Amino acid sequence: MRIGVITFPGSLDDADAARAVRIAGGEPVALWHGDADLKAVDAVVLPGGFSYGDYLRCGAIARFAPVMSKLVDAANGGLPVLGICNGFQVLCESHLLPGALTRNDHLHFICRDQALVIQDTTSAWTNSYSQGQEIVVPLKNGEGCFVADERTLDELEAEGRVIARYIGQNPNGSRREIAGIRNARGNVVGLMPHPEHAVDLLTGPTLDGLGFFTSVLTSVVNA
Amino acid sequence: MARVVVDVMLKPEILDPQGRAVQGALGRLGVTGVADVRQGKQFVIEIDGEVTPELREQLHAIAGELLCNPVIEDFVLIVDEAQ
Repeated sequence: MRIGVITFPGSLDDADAARAVRIAGGEPVALWHGDADLKAVDAVVLPGGFSYGDYLRCGAIARFAPVMSKLVDAANGGLPVLGICNGFQVLCESHLLPGALTRNDHLHFICRDQALVIQDTTSAWTNSYSQGQEIVVPLKNGEGCFVADERTLDELEAEGRVIARYIGQNPNGSRREIAGIRNARGNVVGLMPHPEHAVDLLTGPTLDGLGFFTSVLTSVVNA
Repeated sequence: MARVVVDVMLKPEILDPQGRAVQGALGRLGVTGVADVRQGKQFVIEIDGEVTPELREQLHAIAGELLCNPVIEDFVLIVDEAQ
């Protein structure tokens, strides 16, 4: 199972994402922003970081990288894609997911272990979890406040497309405590917290993040 | 020469914590009567020659696609031919 991890200039968590793929039992494949080539991978992770220095808006420049035109087509064709943090911002800018991520309501960069509740287990990236399962993974962002108009938020809720919600104090002002969402088909998932940092007790608070990476291996096998 | 100016502002319904922080600072500096502060971006694009209708259309499309995110922002494009 070959899982691509795209590196943009300014990506920070590509190595951790590749490591999480390896620990889950997949084969990580390095993809480069400047190549219009997905190397025939079975799924793709857009990692966290500050692609293109967050210039213009987070993810706004990355959206137009050569590799992204291929990725948008592939995602619309059903390829599993997980965007974490900056990757989530890139997915929203690419219109693969609705809404946008804006500056945290309190203006501070936040870095802490965050409790989440998994609310959808049908997506390609969350099928290893159980409905209502509570997990703890690191959260680190300055622009993680998820916003969308009320109609879009209502649609996301009605269609069960909110995959994870923050528990306890809302860390960034996200509407309806939304931490992650999926597209209608369930192959594209965006998540603000970092499951790839919670796959090894030496470096993470828990092993709770591993499920995202084992989920996609299962969904690719079943596809 | 012409100059095209694109102003990008967060939509009114989107919370602007930066604008609110500036508003707070104004209060601390003794400026009274400030009802609201919103922070935006301005792009100044210098054009060789005149702004043809085709170019204007192209810039308008780029403003809506790249310079602003229409999910959260509005833009105003102004052409100043007198530069």
